[in-house]
Amino acid sequence: MANETIRCECGHENKEGTVLCEACGKPISENQHIDGNDQQNVLEMRYEGGARRSQTYKRTVVDKVWGFFSSVKVGVWLIVITLVFSALGTIYPQEQFKNSPLPSSAFYEEEYGLTGKIFYQLGFHNMYDSWWYITLVALIGVSIIISSIDRYVPLRRALKNQKTKKNEIFVKRQRVVSFDNELSENDLNTVKTNLKKQRYKVHEEDGHIFAEKNRFSRWGPYVNHIGLIIILIASIFRMFEVMHIDDYVWVREGEVQAIPGTGQEYYVENNKFIYEVYDADTEERFTRALEDVENPVPKNFQTNATIYRATNDPILGEKPELEKVTEGEIRLNQPVIFDGYSLYQSGTQVESEYNSISMELQLNNQSLGAFTFDTDEAPSEFKLEESDTTITIDNWYPELEFTDEGPSSFSKYPRNPGIIFTVSSPELEEDERFFYLQEKVIPLADNNQANVNVSEVDRRSASGLTVKKDNTLPLFGLGAGIFMIGVSQGLYWYHRRIWIHPKDGVYHIGVHTNKNWYGMNQELDKITKGTNVNSFVDQQEMK
Amino acid sequence: MDLYELSSLFLNITFFLYLIATAFFGLTLGKNRESNKKSKATRIAMTFTIIGFASQMTSYIFRWLQAGHIPVSNIFEYIYFFSMMLILAFVVIYFIYGIPALGLIALPIAIVIIGYGSMFPQEISPLVPSLQSNWLYVHVTTVALAQAILSISFIAGLLFLIKRVDQSQSSKETTFLELILFGVVSTIAYIVLSSSFGAMDYEATFTKELEEQTVDVTYSMPALFQPHDSELVTEGVFNSGIETPGWMQGADAGLKLNTLFLSLAFGGVLYGLLRLILKGRRISALLNEKFDKINPDVVDDIMYRAIAIGFPLFTLGGLIFASIWAQQAWGRFWGWDPKEVWALVTWLFYAVFLHLRLTRGWHGKKSAWLAVVGFAIIMFNLIVINLVIAGLHSYA
Repeated sequence: MANETIRCECGHENKEGTVLCEACGKPISENQHIDGNDQQNVLEMRYEGGARRSQTYKRTVVDKVWGFFSSVKVGVWLIVITLVFSALGTIYPQEQFKNSPLPSSAFYEEEYGLTGKIFYQLGFHNMYDSWWYITLVALIGVSIIISSIDRYVPLRRALKNQKTKKNEIFVKRQRVVSFDNELSENDLNTVKTNLKKQRYKVHEEDGHIFAEKNRFSRWGPYVNHIGLIIILIASIFRMFEVMHIDDYVWVREGEVQAIPGTGQEYYVENNKFIYEVYDADTEERFTRALEDVENPVPKNFQTNATIYRATNDPILGEKPELEKVTEGEIRLNQPVIFDGYSLYQSGTQVESEYNSISMELQLNNQSLGAFTFDTDEAPSEFKLEESDTTITIDNWYPELEFTDEGPSSFSKYPRNPGIIFTVSSPELEEDERFFYLQEKVIPLADNNQANVNVSEVDRRSASGLTVKKDNTLPLFGLGAGIFMIGVSQGLYWYHRRIWIHPKDGVYHIGVHTNKNWYGMNQELDKITKGTNVNSFVDQQEMK
Repeated sequence: MDLYELSSLFLNITFFLYLIATAFFGLTLGKNRESNKKSKATRIAMTFTIIGFASQMTSYIFRWLQAGHIPVSNIFEYIYFFSMMLILAFVVIYFIYGIPALGLIALPIAIVIIGYGSMFPQEISPLVPSLQSNWLYVHVTTVALAQAILSISFIAGLLFLIKRVDQSQSSKETTFLELILFGVVSTIAYIVLSSSFGAMDYEATFTKELEEQTVDVTYSMPALFQPHDSELVTEGVFNSGIETPGWMQGADAGLKLNTLFLSLAFGGVLYGLLRLILKGRRISALLNEKFDKINPDVVDDIMYRAIAIGFPLFTLGGLIFASIWAQQAWGRFWGWDPKEVWALVTWLFYAVFLHLRLTRGWHGKKSAWLAVVGFAIIMFNLIVINLVIAGLHSYA
């Protein structure tokens, strides 16, 4: 990169590519096309006519890449493309929400026909994790970084080097101007006092007056872009397993489970699961709404949990020694948090499993005793002392189903228990067999003399808990905070400058604000009130 | 009379107060801008607007007291709160800029929005567990306020376009402008149809087989399109015998198509009548003439200012607060739920608006058209996402 400089008539050395002299603002004649100042009366002040790399060097590949990404037009197109794809991805559910046992290759076509098939084949069913969507977002990131540097550096230089004494052309070609003011010493003093009242910093040099305020507002866009970059960096970090844990565990009532993702260090016990619904009779204010609904409206899902920590490093298969860490009520919106991990209430299987089944044995309406089958222990035998009876469990099916080969168990979870057992008693002539299923006991032979009744069943709920640990959250928060600061800084404060330029006994006044010209005009009224300043002309007003 | 009924009563009063205010804003038309701001009609119109706002607020508070939680938990309550914020934003803008013509657009839009919202179930429903959080107060209200302020930019944009689009010949711009007006008329048509047939207790029930189950679909408007493969059960009601095409999914597909078609058709009739009354002239051409002297620079500034305030507020409510709540409720701050995606779409869109305006000088008409598109996105997110694309946010 060549390091040529351009010397302005005011003596300031400007970098190559400068459009307006950094010191006096005089247009550098051969560079006016860069900002398109040739065709219009009002100078382009957006980047203060500073030398932008992208507009100056256009020869090498690096220059061209830089030039491409520094363009706002390119940035806007990237955002628009991302926006359109993001929206298209919502036409049908994403793969993770499809809620169907069908594989995606069949699901979308089956459910939505041809358009669904196209949706799937274009890869829209998994859009937000796809390499091309991530690339799009990354390109926006590159665009943000390059376009910010390309503008921030020259803008800062120009604002730092600006002099009080400006070139006449610069002042006269501002958007809002007032020419040929005949101002007395008094008028000038009033203006200066008013400027200070409006919190301007007022500088003077050889009769030239320069007032400026809120320059920091110009950095707003760069600050908010830094915030966005931090958020993008945080999302890159989040792609690595180390930075976040996302796991799931089902815990039955009364059960202790190792919390996945914690390396067998933490354990959770489900003391009780609570499921409540709204009752139309007791909740009077909701009667109107509750009358109409067919299904009960849930009020609360809650797991009363105790969290333990293993104090030893257990050898495989050995039971760890547990020490209580904390206990709490986990509800939706109220996770339990311990040592950086959070447990969220995520799923429920209300009374889906049998804890125990109590049965009573009778002969001729005389009780021979009762027994309780615990589904976790699943004992193989019961002794009923009072009648010297033995109950032998022949088969135990936690989740009973009937296949071609007869009864079998679908899983090891007692969701639909089936028990085949034999009763041997001195009171009976021979052993009798029974089958417990679906809360009833049926004799397995026609001539069974004894009777078995189900006296009680105890069911239990299982609670689904999500385990989370996310080390990137503070970084996201930081990014969001910086973004908000930057946006406010850029949008709610205005960088305003006023130049009062003496020329042949009269004064020309030029005014610049980076936005909100409406407010600027109101402020000008206050500043020139009680003086001989002519009314201001907006050289760019919409007619 | 319990609080719920009081609340409904005040909502009805509000509706009429806004109508009266609109009529008085109408009287300010055609005068020049200087005397307009101070005219008697403007003062009366603003008085009615503010009383209307107070009445709506009262109605809202009664509802809040009855429910025991802030009424922003279903689509009716959300639209209700949104319309209230829209009026509030307009009142604030009026006291800063003093443009009565804005009221002539803002109030009818607010009225149509309230009317539209009232078509949804209004019963006070209890909070399901996922909504039981203080973030409900913070997140939803901030989003509604932000969207209301962003809508002000649409209202200013519409005023700008009515004023600045050349009506001497028809062009793409005049066509699009008419389309916007047709959209508004069709929404009114929907409200009229829905409430008239609602008052008549009109019902036509169809049964259909869906995934090996028999489903009942009840129409509350005459069925021009009955559900695909369905049978009419109700006796003595109109039935065209035309079926909804099978590729439209879901049990309610026919119902939605029917309502949409009837609203657009009736909207078309109303629009056609208006054009007939105007002897074929475009409605926007008439409005252009009526909205006489308006300073386009100021309207343009309102358009920008609304977005300058609405955008950061939307970022805060729709993305930041939303993420914090999502983290707390579901353990993930972002999950690509359709509503979340559309919040991102909205945010990206207004980011584009700001970049084009601030760095590429898109002022005036270009800006105004963008403001219109922005409003369309907000309405899409509010209505279509909730009603058509189901996701975690479909509470209504």
